[in-house]
Amino acid sequence: MADILVVVEHQEGVFKKNTLSVVTAAKALAGLTGGEVDALVLGDGAAAVADVAAGTGVRKVLLGEGAAFAKYLAATTAVAVAQVVKAGEYGAVFASASTFGKDFMPRMSGLLDAPLASDIVGLEKDGDALRVKRPMYAGNAIGTVEMVGAPLLFTVRQTAFDAAAMGGAAAPVEKVAVTAEAGGTAFVSMQETKSERPELTEARVIVSAGRGIKAQENFKLVEELADQLNAAIGASRASVDAGWAPNDWQVGQTGKIVAPELYIALGISGAIQHLAGMKDSKVIVAINKDEEAPIFQVADYGLVADLFKAVPELIAELKKLKSA
Amino acid sequence: MKILVPIKPVPNPDEKVKIKGDGSGIVLDNIKMVVNPFCEIAVEEALRIREKLTGEVVIVTVGPKETEQQVRTSLAMGADRAVLVEAGTDLDSLAVAKVLAKVVADEKAEIVLMGKQSVDDDNNQVGQILAAVLGWPQATFASKIEFSADNKKANVTREVDGGLETIEVSLPAVVTVDLRLNEPRYASLPGIMKAKKKEMKVVPLASLGVDTAPRVKVLSYAAPKLRAGGGRVADVAELVSKLKNEAKVL
Repeated sequence: MADILVVVEHQEGVFKKNTLSVVTAAKALAGLTGGEVDALVLGDGAAAVADVAAGTGVRKVLLGEGAAFAKYLAATTAVAVAQVVKAGEYGAVFASASTFGKDFMPRMSGLLDAPLASDIVGLEKDGDALRVKRPMYAGNAIGTVEMVGAPLLFTVRQTAFDAAAMGGAAAPVEKVAVTAEAGGTAFVSMQETKSERPELTEARVIVSAGRGIKAQENFKLVEELADQLNAAIGASRASVDAGWAPNDWQVGQTGKIVAPELYIALGISGAIQHLAGMKDSKVIVAINKDEEAPIFQVADYGLVADLFKAVPELIAELKKLKSA
Repeated sequence: MKILVPIKPVPNPDEKVKIKGDGSGIVLDNIKMVVNPFCEIAVEEALRIREKLTGEVVIVTVGPKETEQQVRTSLAMGADRAVLVEAGTDLDSLAVAKVLAKVVADEKAEIVLMGKQSVDDDNNQVGQILAAVLGWPQATFASKIEFSADNKKANVTREVDGGLETIEVSLPAVVTVDLRLNEPRYASLPGIMKAKKKEMKVVPLASLGVDTAPRVKVLSYAAPKLRAGGGRVADVAELVSKLKNEAKVL
């Protein structure tokens, strides 16, 4: 089959690791249908990103630069990727199912009249036919999907594919010519959520708090626990809606999908929408004073307790462990 | 401002769906169909914009005749009138977007406001595809929309990984909405009464001349792997001991 293109995500010149799972998914398709996997980096002064991408096991990295790509915009990205796809006769395009891939990939689907499977968790073959697995209904159903037309477009659920190794033999980096008009869109500003902690989607441990935390100032307790575990902090929709936590901490169906080794849910009832974002975690701990809370049905270790009593105890125990 | 709001019915999102025994679909008997929660946020925002700038709010849906019920719910919130493109439930995102593009052109809408995703298929595609088909700017995942003084542009704040991004789009544009944009109002009793009499134009799909052959087909549905949860610990000491010695994650 034709070759496969991975669109690399970066934050203004810093390679984002979610791309590593995208490379793995693209290689899974190559394993089924043949073809080589290339990476595309769009930016303005993004050579460093291309160098990182070159070490992920791709055949080559295409680097498209220009002032129009200094700030990510869906309109410019969709047009530029479509140009590269046509010039290179790519048969499939992959990007992360982050707010990056979810924004421009459907736009490209519209530009190219091409099929897009969102948030995929698996690829397989049924005879000669490609079959794609993707979660639907907040992850309560896994759909088997057939795609008709070309190129095939995919956004990839990061937790469903292992991260490709970084730092391998450097593939060649080639410059490609891309042009795009912003078409009535302009970047204005970015209000970044600053944090010294690991990223939610990359953390080994996540401590997450819901309605039971009751107030923004009580997140101090969550932070103290997270400090002991070098954890990222997550939140349920209730916490974010209440303004206690920033939007990009939200774990769930329409927020971030996470699968850390350890997920600790504090005062989270476990609505279907929240479970959709974390039920693939390896070990789930729930602390909630309502013993009927649905979160306990997915928890490996459920503790029915007042979190304001249990969490300080837990912090003390972890400190003891560390000093032992 | 003329605002078009596409809506979609979904099974009540607070109920866990069941899959048919043969995997051919979702069991919908005895499940209440409601307006997709993100669509409700779009309707609410449209009403607020109309309250400020005057104009008209037109609800559009693509689906079977029964969808009228969810359309009436949106009209009861205060939308002015509706267009129902009568079609099956098997249209994919590309087909729905192409149908909507026809309606948008017909209605000469100045802005399309819609949910960022429907919570049944979880595709998160139609708004962006619609923007591409129309050749309009798009702003997805909106948590704030502010119009310029001349109403020719809008600043849209977007919920993205890493924080909140603001972009400027010139109108007409497609804006897809996220959770924090507003809290949708409930329909009032007079609103519900009035909604029954509001205009709902029914358009047969065939009359639009759109290619709706599916590019993405769901062949079957399966239940995800179930998690063997439900384990309990008595106190914090037991929790820490289990995490260290049994789960080995500490």
